[in-house]
Amino acid sequence: MTHEMLQNYWWLIMSVLGALLVFLLFVQGGQSMLITTKKEKRPLLINSLGRKWELTFTTLVTFGGAFFASFPLFYSTSFGGAYWLWILILFSFVVQAVAYEYRSKHGNVYGTKFYDTLLLINGFAGPVLLGVAVAGMFFGADFTVEKTNILDVQAATISKWGPHHGLEAIACWKNLLFGFMVFYLARTLASLYFINNINDDEVQRNQHKRLFINATIFVVLFLAVVAVILTSPGVEVDEAGAIWTPNKYLYNYLQMWWALGALLFGVVMVLFGIIKSLLNKSYKKGIWWAGIGVVLVVMSLFWVVGYNHTAYYPSLQDAQYSLTLANSSSSEFTLTAMSYVSLLVPFVLAYIVWVWRKMDHTKLTDEEINQAGDDEIY
Amino acid sequence: MGDLLMTVVDWSRAQFALTACYHWLFVPLTLGLGVIIGVMETIYYRTRDEKWLATTKFWMTVFGVNFAIGVATGIILEFEFGTNWSNYSWFVGDIFGAPLAIEGILAFFMESTFIAVMFFGWKKVSPKFHLAATWLTALGASISALWILVANSWMQYPAGCTFNPETMRNEMTNFWEVAFSPMAMAKVFHTVTSAWALSGAFVVGVCGWLLLKKRNRDHVMRSLKVGGWVGLIGIVLTSISGDTSAVQVAKHQPMKLAAMEGLYKGEQGQAIVAFGILNPSKEVGDSNDPYLFDISIPHGLAFLATHDFNAFVPGIEDIIEGKSMDADGKEINTVSYADRIEQGKMAKDALGVYQEACKVGDSITMQEQGNAIGDNFKYLGYAYLDKPEEAVPNVPLTFYTFHLMVTIGGYLVLFFIVVLLLLYKPKWIPWKEKLSKPAYWLAILTIPLTYLCSMCGWIVAEVGRQPWTIQDLMPNKVAISDLSAGYVQTTFWIFAVVFTALLIADISIICKQISKKSKTDLNVVETK
Repeated sequence: MTHEMLQNYWWLIMSVLGALLVFLLFVQGGQSMLITTKKEKRPLLINSLGRKWELTFTTLVTFGGAFFASFPLFYSTSFGGAYWLWILILFSFVVQAVAYEYRSKHGNVYGTKFYDTLLLINGFAGPVLLGVAVAGMFFGADFTVEKTNILDVQAATISKWGPHHGLEAIACWKNLLFGFMVFYLARTLASLYFINNINDDEVQRNQHKRLFINATIFVVLFLAVVAVILTSPGVEVDEAGAIWTPNKYLYNYLQMWWALGALLFGVVMVLFGIIKSLLNKSYKKGIWWAGIGVVLVVMSLFWVVGYNHTAYYPSLQDAQYSLTLANSSSSEFTLTAMSYVSLLVPFVLAYIVWVWRKMDHTKLTDEEINQAGDDEIY
Repeated sequence: MGDLLMTVVDWSRAQFALTACYHWLFVPLTLGLGVIIGVMETIYYRTRDEKWLATTKFWMTVFGVNFAIGVATGIILEFEFGTNWSNYSWFVGDIFGAPLAIEGILAFFMESTFIAVMFFGWKKVSPKFHLAATWLTALGASISALWILVANSWMQYPAGCTFNPETMRNEMTNFWEVAFSPMAMAKVFHTVTSAWALSGAFVVGVCGWLLLKKRNRDHVMRSLKVGGWVGLIGIVLTSISGDTSAVQVAKHQPMKLAAMEGLYKGEQGQAIVAFGILNPSKEVGDSNDPYLFDISIPHGLAFLATHDFNAFVPGIEDIIEGKSMDADGKEINTVSYADRIEQGKMAKDALGVYQEACKVGDSITMQEQGNAIGDNFKYLGYAYLDKPEEAVPNVPLTFYTFHLMVTIGGYLVLFFIVVLLLLYKPKWIPWKEKLSKPAYWLAILTIPLTYLCSMCGWIVAEVGRQPWTIQDLMPNKVAISDLSAGYVQTTFWIFAVVFTALLIADISIICKQISKKSKTDLNVVETK
């Protein structure tokens, strides 16, 4: 494969990882519901989510690691620049990691409520801030990149950011709109997951109600986000340089029929999963329709932001500094070596699905929670 | 500007050190306890003796609590390369990112998938599947350690790469040289096996407490057998791989070795300091004796560093002056640090000219400057130093932590031998009844000692290589992000408070769980 093909291939891998991460954010969506769930039903929800939280966490870490390996200039520019945004995201995931394990253990020092609050923080901040970070790929970020800075002994950093270091990204309404869309998507997926995973009448009733409310808000926000993206300018890159181009993402969808197909097909699958679950109360498989649909939609978003001579991380300071697949990727050798490793991804996905099916073969009930030993419940 | 820059560097280093130290408090127990639990569950699977199942579950409780906080503190480290060391991330992301990505794909998913089976799958999967899940969780943790240590080793010994003046970064040229460099392999074995030793000491220490409290003697004996053997095997392998590591350090990081020994002027057949107190007023280049007091073993360092009793081992001043000797005692010149600074500046200047030529498409100049860069690149990092002394690490910290590590390591070998003798040949140990109580206390106190030993190892490895983020190529002050000192200071304290609070909860939960469970009968499996 040529270097360009490898760059495109790795952007495809990133889109798969990003899409799986968004799907797995149902864990965060579920956590955001705990505080408004009846106390006696909370253990069911927490234990249902608790057996999946590590997958979301691991996907996030792998997503970051893969970005580091394949597009290191994005990694260094975004993480080092939007410092506060990423630190807040990381902080919310740090507290999540211990909250499940510690919340019901004797001697946890701060009490169960404290750890449940940590889950709530992660449940809200995780999806919203990750959405804000990803939105920067569409709407731009406040940075410059000058590689020759490294020759300056006094100020050698090559990627420089505006003075607010990510706080400005959180304050941008377009980014926030994107973030809240991700948040309500996570809550919608969480309801579908609970309907599939928990065998309890009261939880089922409650989650159907929540599904209606969250899915309605999500659909409205999704339509708004799509409208904003399609009418926003993007940075077009050619041999003459980079230039802001009106409706760039709209044209990308029109010029890449397969991306548009994935978007439309994905949207239909998400809506089918939601609507069928709402209309047929005994239908439990909505999470799979919606989940696969979300994966397709998110992948299509990655494709229109990165492919077709588009800068996937536009610089608001000067379009020439914008990051593209070509100017931010690793070398041909590294991408080739990593491509061999990526052949393991289907194998990894296969064993995750296999184990998931084995563990979820029997659905979670109050009885199982009550009969479980101390180490088997959260 | 210079002062401000240093402050950001200091806070960035402090934050990385803080988060790395906290992470390393939990990782070794995960690595070693995973193996111990795997062995215990294997015995249960083969014998179907429920007592072994109860013992397995007892230690799994500790494993679970420890694992969670290890995960929590680990995520920061990976992303900190980007948030606080962005120049570094870009400069070597082509090489360094690959092991991290492989770690995620191969190890993290394995751990996170199978740990759910390990804890929640007892009634959902077959015993064989469960046993496989337990071993795969332990294996996942070890694979994770392998790749992160490969990445760390590359920073100490940058192999398998070349500098591309056009992209102005290092690029990988040989994956296997990166993944399986002798430095990486030595570090992986040394670190993983030391984690087995630490976990063995942890199990033995907890058993000491249970014996003191006279609780569940049979469970204690079962635990001691597995913990004692894993600990002994671990510490013996740690010692062997420690020797291999020292040889690698002598070869590739002689300044670190000199700092570990507080050695300023080397000689042929160099002695090793078994115990010493450094002279605090000693400076590079003065005539003061480096030690106030020392007990040395003749030829010891020469042998340990090179496996030759008569070899010359250079000291800090020798290295700065570029002085060394071959096996026959003939003086040979390496490159002095003053010359390295000059060569580094030549590489840096040539890089600037190369970039200008690149813009106007002047291929002749690019060719000339490319050659100049190639000739001098290996000392590029020295271009950022004002004087040779800046390349000397903190000698007292490196010296004392190294000696503490070796001393405690030696103690651990004896400790595990005695534990196993008490188990298998109690008649060989005199006055064991009278000594039992102090022995239990000694076992308990060995836990913090082992953690101290483990932490000292990392301090030696990381402080000893200062001021380099990448050995000889990139000093810390060039590797950082464009942040204000106040920002990093703020996040430092946030992490300090959060991690300390979590550590308190972690220790409290582990202690309560051990106490609570040890009051139940650990010869039968708990059913609720």
